[in-house]
Amino acid sequence: MVQEIMHPLSKYLREAMIPHIWCTGCGNGIILNCFVHAVDELEMDLDKLVVVSGIGCIGRSAGYTNADSFHTTHGRALAFATGVKLANPELNVVVISGDGDLFAIGGNHFIHAARRNMGIKVICANNFNYGMTGGQQGPTTPLEASTTTTPYGNIEHPFNLVHLAAASGATYVARWTTLHVRRLTQSIKRMLQKEGFCFIEVVSPCPEIFGRRNKMRTGLEMMDWFKRASVVENFSDPSKAEITPEKLVVGEFVNIEKVSYEKFLHEKISQINERKVGW
Amino acid sequence: MAKKEALLTGTHFMNGDIACAEGAIAAGCSFFAGYPITPATEIAEHLSERMPEIGRIYIQMEDEIASIAAVIGASYAGLKAMTATSGPGFSLMQENIGLAVMTETPCVIVDIMRGGPSTGQPTMPGQQDVMQARWGSHGDYEIIALAPSSVQEMFDLTVEAFNLAETYRVPTLLLADEIVAHMWEKVVIPSAEKIRIVNRKKPNVSPEKYMPFMPDYDLVPPMACFGEGYRFHATGLTHDEYGYPKTSSSEVQERLVKRLCDKIRRNTDKIIRVEEIMLDDADIVVIAYGIVARAALSAVKKAREKGIKAGLLRTITLWPFPQNQIAKIEEHAKKIIVPEMNCGQMVREVERAAKSTLVVFLSKLGEEPHTPMEIFEAIRRNC
Repeated sequence: MVQEIMHPLSKYLREAMIPHIWCTGCGNGIILNCFVHAVDELEMDLDKLVVVSGIGCIGRSAGYTNADSFHTTHGRALAFATGVKLANPELNVVVISGDGDLFAIGGNHFIHAARRNMGIKVICANNFNYGMTGGQQGPTTPLEASTTTTPYGNIEHPFNLVHLAAASGATYVARWTTLHVRRLTQSIKRMLQKEGFCFIEVVSPCPEIFGRRNKMRTGLEMMDWFKRASVVENFSDPSKAEITPEKLVVGEFVNIEKVSYEKFLHEKISQINERKVGW
Repeated sequence: MAKKEALLTGTHFMNGDIACAEGAIAAGCSFFAGYPITPATEIAEHLSERMPEIGRIYIQMEDEIASIAAVIGASYAGLKAMTATSGPGFSLMQENIGLAVMTETPCVIVDIMRGGPSTGQPTMPGQQDVMQARWGSHGDYEIIALAPSSVQEMFDLTVEAFNLAETYRVPTLLLADEIVAHMWEKVVIPSAEKIRIVNRKKPNVSPEKYMPFMPDYDLVPPMACFGEGYRFHATGLTHDEYGYPKTSSSEVQERLVKRLCDKIRRNTDKIIRVEEIMLDDADIVVIAYGIVARAALSAVKKAREKGIKAGLLRTITLWPFPQNQIAKIEEHAKKIIVPEMNCGQMVREVERAAKSTLVVFLSKLGEEPHTPMEIFEAIRRNC
C-alpha cells in the first residue's frame, strides 16, 4: 500500500505554486525553509501574516508562502509593505527579497524604511549578483568577481549590507549564510517578535549563475566556502563585518529597542485628540 | 475625547487642493502617502493636519515611486488610499500605476498639471499630462481620468474618483490644472446622506473557494483584503484567476489583459460624464476641459449674443474618452474648436472621433489659460 506522506510544513506553502523555479544548489529553498520553521515554532497566525517580495529569484517566495502575499514591482517591496503595515498594524509584514532588489533599485526605500523604523521584517538573500537575468554585477558583487557584465572583474566596491542597515536605524541586524540553518531560524524567530524595522542578510549560494564564473561550480563548493570562511562575531562592529574569500563575518550585530513608526503615529493620533502635541 | 469631524458639511471658501483633500476625506480615504511637489503640495499639507485628527493615516514617503507603492499596499490592506503629485512625480509613478492596473487596485492618483516637459514651470498651469495619463505606463490598459473645472469640482470629482476606483478596481486619476488647484472659490460640502459613497465588492465565498481574480458579470472580481483570512496572492506578473503567475501562457495573457481593458470599455456609458451647453443646434462646438472650459463657456455665451450658434462640450471624463458624444455633435456641427494648454493632446482624440467635421486646435502655453476673447475670436473666425 502506498501511503502519501505530507511534509510537516506543507501547510505553510502554497502547493499549487510548487515546483519552484529555483536552480539546483540555490540557497533560496533553505531560506524559505528556515522562515516557515520560524513561523511554525512561533505558532504565528497565518491569517495575520503578509509576505511581500520584489523581483528576482527569491522574490518568488511570497507566492510560495501560504499567507497573504504580494509580488511587487522591482525594488518596491518595502514601500508597498509600508502601506500595508500602516493600514493594518496588526499584520505581521515580512519582506523577502534579494540584494539587487532591496539595495540597488530599491536602496532608497530601504534606508528610509529603516530610518522611520517601520515595523517591517526584512530577509535579504544575498547571492552577489542578479541571478534571474543571468548573472549581472549588482550592489553586493565582490571586487574583482566575474559576472556577465564584469567580464574583466568587478571594479565597484560592494555594499556591506549589515553596516548599511545598522547605520540607517534598524533595530535588529544579523547576517548568516544558508549553512547556518539553526542560527538563521533562531534569528528569524527573534526578528519576528521584535518591534520596528529588522533586517537579516542571508549569504546564499548561486552556483549556476554566480559560482560557476567564480571557481565555485556547485552549491556544495559555495557552501564549503561558507563553512571554511564563516566566523561568528556576535555584536561586533558591523562596519568591520567583511565578506572575503578568507573571512565571512556572521552573527547578530544590532538588537536594540526603539519605538516603531506605526506605534509613534498612533500615539500621536491619541495625543492630537487630547491636545498634547508639539515639542 | 471625541475625534474631530471628518465631513465638514457646510459652505466654505477653499482652494482647489484643499477641496480635493476634503473630497478624499468625504469619500472615506483613510490613507494618504505623498511627496512634496508644486502645485500639489497643499493637498499633502492639508491632509497631514486633517488625517491624524480624524484618526486616519498620513505619511510622507521618500519619493513618488514609494508614495504610489504605499498607496497600493494600503488599498490591499483594506483602506481607501490616495496620493497627489504633479508632472515629474506623475512620471515617476507610472510603473506602479501599471502595477495597480494589473493587480486591480482601487486607488486615486491626483495629478495637478503644471508646465512641462521636465521640471518645466512648477507654478504655472498646463494640460500637458493628458496623454501621459492615458499611456504613461507600459503595456495595454484602460484607465479613468477626470478633469475638474472648478474648486467645487475638485471636491465632487475626488469623491467620484474614489467611487469609480472602488467600482471598477482601477486606479483613477484626477487630472487637474494648476489654476483649478490654486484658485480660491466657494465650496459647498453636502451632508453625509447626500454624498454617494461606493465601496469595493467583497467576496461572498469561503476562503477555500475564493479566486481573487475571478470576475463577476461586470468583469470586476470581488476583493478580499490582507488579514481577512483569504490568504491570496497578487502579482504584477500575468496571472490566472487564482492570482498565480502564468508567464508562458498566451491564453491567460489574452484573457487577463482583454478583461482589464473590457471592464472599462464595456462600462463607458456608466463612467463617462460630460457637460453639454447649448449643443442641440450648435453649428460650431467648443470642446474643452479644466480651467479652459470656463473661458470657453464665456466665449460660447458671447457668440450666442452675437447670433452665432455656438455650443460647449465639457469633457469631465477625459479617459475613457467620450467619443460617442463627439459623434452626436457631428450630426449638426460644422466645426469643432479645441482649446488646450498644450501642443495638442485631447485634440487628437477629438480628430479621431470626429469623422466628418473640421477640427480647429487652439494651443496656449505658459502663465495664462485662453481668455474668453481668444476663444470667441476663434469661434467668430470659423463660423
